[in-house]
Amino acid sequence: MVKKKDYTNGLPDPSQLKEEILKKYPRKVAKKRDKGMIINEPGKEQEILANVRTVPGIITQRGCTYAGCKGVVLGPTRDIINLVHGPIGCSFYAWLTRRNQTRVPEGGDNFITYSFSTDMQDENIVFGGETKLKEAIREAYEMFNPKSIGIFSTCPVGLIGDDVHAVSREMKAELGINIFGFSCEGYRGVSQSAGHHIANNGVFKNVVGNNDRPREGKFQVNLLGEYNIGGDAFEIEALFEEAGISLLSTFSGNSTIESMEYSHTADLNMVMCHRSINYIAEMMEEKYGIPWIKVSFVGAESTVKSMKKIAEYFGDAELTAKVDEICEREMAKVKAVVAEVRPAVEGKLAMMFVGGSRAHHYQDLFKELGINVVSAGYEFAHRDDYEGREVIPNIKIDADTRNIEDLVVSKDEELFRDDLATKKSELEKAGYKFSDYVGMMPEMSKNALVIDDVNHWETEKLIEFYKPDVFCAGIKEKYVVQKYGVPLKQLHSYDYGGPYTAFDGAINFYKEMQRMLATNIWKLVDTPWKNEPEIVGSMTIDA
Amino acid sequence: MFENAPILKSTKDYTATRNACKLCAPLGASIAFKGIRGCVPIIHGGQGCATYIRRYLISHYKEPVDIASSNFTEEATVFGGGANCYTALNNVIGQYNPEVVAMCTTCLSETIGDDVNLYMHNYKEDNKHENLPHIVTASTPSYQGSHMDGFHEAVASAVKTFAKAGAKGKHVNLFPGFVSTEDLRQLKYILSDFGLDYVMLPDYSDTLDNPIWESYKRIPEGGTPISEIETCGSAAASIEFGTIINQGSLSGRVRSKSLSSTAASYLENEFGVENHQMPMPIGVKLSDTFFNALEKISGKEMPTRYKRERGRLIDSYADGHKYIFGKKAVVYGEEDFVIAMTTFLDEIGIKVVLAATGGESGKLESEIRKYCPERGEKILAKNHFDYENIHEWCQENKPDLFVGNSKAYYIARELNVPIIRCGFPIHDRIGGQRIKHVGYSGTQELFDKVVNALIEYKQDHSPVGYKYM
Repeated sequence: MVKKKDYTNGLPDPSQLKEEILKKYPRKVAKKRDKGMIINEPGKEQEILANVRTVPGIITQRGCTYAGCKGVVLGPTRDIINLVHGPIGCSFYAWLTRRNQTRVPEGGDNFITYSFSTDMQDENIVFGGETKLKEAIREAYEMFNPKSIGIFSTCPVGLIGDDVHAVSREMKAELGINIFGFSCEGYRGVSQSAGHHIANNGVFKNVVGNNDRPREGKFQVNLLGEYNIGGDAFEIEALFEEAGISLLSTFSGNSTIESMEYSHTADLNMVMCHRSINYIAEMMEEKYGIPWIKVSFVGAESTVKSMKKIAEYFGDAELTAKVDEICEREMAKVKAVVAEVRPAVEGKLAMMFVGGSRAHHYQDLFKELGINVVSAGYEFAHRDDYEGREVIPNIKIDADTRNIEDLVVSKDEELFRDDLATKKSELEKAGYKFSDYVGMMPEMSKNALVIDDVNHWETEKLIEFYKPDVFCAGIKEKYVVQKYGVPLKQLHSYDYGGPYTAFDGAINFYKEMQRMLATNIWKLVDTPWKNEPEIVGSMTIDA
Repeated sequence: MFENAPILKSTKDYTATRNACKLCAPLGASIAFKGIRGCVPIIHGGQGCATYIRRYLISHYKEPVDIASSNFTEEATVFGGGANCYTALNNVIGQYNPEVVAMCTTCLSETIGDDVNLYMHNYKEDNKHENLPHIVTASTPSYQGSHMDGFHEAVASAVKTFAKAGAKGKHVNLFPGFVSTEDLRQLKYILSDFGLDYVMLPDYSDTLDNPIWESYKRIPEGGTPISEIETCGSAAASIEFGTIINQGSLSGRVRSKSLSSTAASYLENEFGVENHQMPMPIGVKLSDTFFNALEKISGKEMPTRYKRERGRLIDSYADGHKYIFGKKAVVYGEEDFVIAMTTFLDEIGIKVVLAATGGESGKLESEIRKYCPERGEKILAKNHFDYENIHEWCQENKPDLFVGNSKAYYIARELNVPIIRCGFPIHDRIGGQRIKHVGYSGTQELFDKVVNALIEYKQDHSPVGYKYM
């Protein structure tokens, strides 16, 4: 076995590794990839190339616009029929593959277990599919009597010119329920990120604000960008409930369209996954004056920080006391488990390439265990998710971004919360941060290798160089990485595990890491580097 | 209550599909192309297609599955995907140095009318001094047929592209259709035990079911070499499993003239290679058909090993029949799979009450009647069915077990009856890719699973904790 790497004095400079990776690419590709790989130096302004097209033929982790719109954002909402307009594959592949959970009250609707498709055939491509779509909507209405139906366009729909929005309007008038379409054809954007934006726009235009329900709670909030994979949302909901915070709606884990309709009556929006949902947060602030803050419930410390930030916002003594009490109680449990797990895993190496926020948030859990994150990157994030929101004005708007409508939102004179706007400016004066996301890079170690849209080739080189103890990504990378004798933890669907949010979730994750890093099976695997002498030259330690 | 042909309560033919019992054509083509040695498939369309298909295949096979994409942009969609296609080819060749590149089309590239064959021709012209890999293409828009049509289109296309005429050899071609990796290994053992030289296409027994490696292999070992596919034209005979094969794209709601023949029928018409077409060899009767064909082609008697396997199988039928006879089963999945599985279950005394497929050939009923002559007309056989059709039907007619892939689990769970996982896709169990179905030994494993599932059910629901059955 090779000697265990010791990065206690800092991470090695990976310049040589980067060079080696780039050497293999054609010149133009190398130039592009060079800008997408940053050797991290916190405190220094570094620009990463993100949210740009993947080069054809380079095998990417990324999915399509449709996947982001239907699969990610609208997929977890249980009381809407998500009808996919297109040939069969697209709907089938998005059929409950994200392991979103939902809790259905007695007699409530739950359509997330279904995959609806217009199953377009030759004749629909040639003669148009609008008639079939209308018929499918009528059928869905007759069979399931839903309150709303969403129509999702797949690639051929845009090409043959089917107007899903016109059909939606017509059917809405005919059936008297809320029906709306999404132009989320797969070819539209750089990645699923375009689909998130399209979904945000559609939900904001067609759902948010439909019901001005009177107040029901003292502290009303929405949670944005939490998708209840493996039951994550349930953990967070329980926390809010105990603290006496009313969670009006989540976008969109364990959610209903009904709750999104009155989500504009909240006092505060909390953003978890900045990438997929910041658009709605921004639009709700512009229209209704609801401020938003960035939170994270991945990691026990982050949970404490987020809960305290919410309490600070409301400035209510009782709430603050309750939050403190919960945090103290739960942290005692958490610390006991950390004390047990940490000695066995401390100093191990992890890398993670996933999502648009998970690659950042999960670093907190690893930090709590003393595991070093040597390299990380997102699959579909933008520069602001790496470098922080202050770079937004400087992000170059390319043709792909221009393709996606930026909704023009104006102030709702009747419902705009001047009180919240005042509260915001007062708190800001005291140093409280709103609409702020610092991004992943400032929180990573010096010399950590940050890679956007990592591909197969780069993954292989990374594993050879760092020989990590755990690699976090998704199902597509899982068996590649495990062939190297390195365990992979799926951070999209959690390998049938979870929840990992809030306090109990953190404990769950620590124990999972303890089991993963201690299992015997890897001893049977001859890793490529097992019998090779350590190459010291490329591993200069930068103290 | 099932002795008279059951009638669907709701006879309405739905326009929409709710929980489809089929997947899309480029997925099937990708699987088949993974069965060619040194082949990297490229999906000509949006990157989502390759990503979704990889994700689906990877969760069934639990292996790396590299499928590239030409990553269509809005621009490519408007002006044509030629440039993306060439870039993808260049990069795949540069990174993988593959022996073969297989290009499958999608709804997107087919709708805009991209001519992939012309692109390939141009690419070869432009790079004629380079040492290019072999290139094969398949037309696989998802709006024509199902994943099975894509699968067979890929197999037929590989044969049409590479098979050559030549002096008649002694070898046989085996086109096994869509079976598991373990099935492919079994078939190879059987052919070898008959002393036959063979070309089996596709053969993803290794490429989609790799051992752990000492060093990472960007292209997994195994698969049918092009040099062998070239000899398909001079084979002594072909054996092709499946009697529906790609007819889903020819009849039913879809009519496409481009998908006109199967690999074996092409070889028969073009090169005079005798075609033995038969259902997948599941069960004694259908395995006999296969072994009889092998005896005839090889001129050798069935090896003792298989005679004994057959004998043990029938012996176990006798041992186990009381636990299963009269039980009502629902069978679902790809058409050729459903036909073979129904024939097997019928043979062991289980009453298949519903045989359902999302396939579109329109021939499921007539084929089942053909292979199950005694009870065939009492079996409700449905083409163009989805899981919700099955679900609704089952609420009126509760079966005792489900036989097929993972996707009907929710129905079985609701009805609290066992599900025998086999076929594709299996996402909720380990080892789905290596379930054995074919031949006497494959049937043996299926039989044991079926009987034991029903015994377990009975045991679990018995007020007495019998541990002696």
